[in-house]
Amino acid sequence: MVQLNLPRGSKPTTGKVHKAPAGAKNVKTYKVYRYDPETDADPRWDVYEVSADDHGPMLLDALIHIKNEIDPTLSFRRSCREGICGSCSMNVDGRNALACTKGWAECSSHNITIAPLPHQPVVKDLVTDLSLFYAQYDSIQPYLQSDLPDPEKERLQSPEDREKLDGLYECILCACCSTSCPSYWWNQEEYLGPAALLQSYRWIADSRDDATQKRLDDLEDPFKLYRCHTIMNCAQVCPKGLNPAKAIAETKKLMVSPSRKKTAA
Amino acid sequence: MSNTPPAAGETGDRTGRYVRHPNGHVAPMSPFTDIWRWHMTMVASILFRVTIGAASVGAVLLLGWVAIVACGPDAFASVAAFSGSPFGLFIWFGLTWVLFSFLLNGARHLINDAGKGLDLKSANLMAQIAVWGPIVLAVLFWVVLFAAGKVSL
Repeated sequence: MVQLNLPRGSKPTTGKVHKAPAGAKNVKTYKVYRYDPETDADPRWDVYEVSADDHGPMLLDALIHIKNEIDPTLSFRRSCREGICGSCSMNVDGRNALACTKGWAECSSHNITIAPLPHQPVVKDLVTDLSLFYAQYDSIQPYLQSDLPDPEKERLQSPEDREKLDGLYECILCACCSTSCPSYWWNQEEYLGPAALLQSYRWIADSRDDATQKRLDDLEDPFKLYRCHTIMNCAQVCPKGLNPAKAIAETKKLMVSPSRKKTAA
Repeated sequence: MSNTPPAAGETGDRTGRYVRHPNGHVAPMSPFTDIWRWHMTMVASILFRVTIGAASVGAVLLLGWVAIVACGPDAFASVAAFSGSPFGLFIWFGLTWVLFSFLLNGARHLINDAGKGLDLKSANLMAQIAVWGPIVLAVLFWVVLFAAGKVSL
């Protein structure tokens, strides 16, 4: 259902302000989305004034500093702190990003707004429920399906065929792209979203995979694939510089390709 | 953390993710339209949506114009007088803007559907053209009409 605005009970209210100590220098103001499922009726925006001299260069450093030194109740996901695990994806100043690879100095002002990934159920603070996102990834069967028997060693691939996977295999499933997409905001129960579709094309484009036509059959649906209207938010925000919109366009081309053979009855 | 499911009709979600929390409230939805900082490609996309709606209204107006022509010379004369009034010309200007927006955005989608122009640099450039181009083209179109003496106030 199209939800243009936040429903009742989801609109954040004004929260607490944690002032910087007197005399603090190089102070940045972080407006952070807060919600405690144990106690809070409504979400709120808390404000933290933090001296950038007290922590490292990334937004994740600032969040860890806030949690360690100012407010231990703040919740967020993080793990690798180097853009590999995709855990610390969140909305920073209106754009999705990884907190560990986005520097606070890259933000346009001293006032930085940090919110959870958009249009998702909030579990606590910056942690959202991504179970649907993972189920959609699972639905595209993200593994090799070959008609050939297992070889003694690895399945060989020419360098040219291997090159076709560049820009596809690097996805870390951080959900920055899918939760940036207005089509996904409004059709996420039916539309698979940019991340799952990029991953689907990663297997469609793989010369070692023999399930191409079946994979295309599975996507041939008014919503699963065709809710992409080339809004391009996915490619604009991907922290790995990938282009799901391009992968989706390539999939759409294959759908109407003369070589297309429907396997479904 | 997940507790009792929300009552029927409490949330439009069919995935079961908007569970009732220990505080008695259904899990909130994270902000989206009210925090998102728009990209030019998103502006072009939403403008195309608006264009499609406006073009549909324009099509109805044109059909009405044809219907009135069929009603005889007096009816046609009154509509022609309205069309030539400043307000009528303003509507025609709007419809030419819609027409050019339709053409440029249609071309953008045609190129994208062929798998081209999807790198960010090209996509941003095409979005800029699709957003600003129709205004420039509509103004030029009417400047030419006025200069050629086809239209006057």
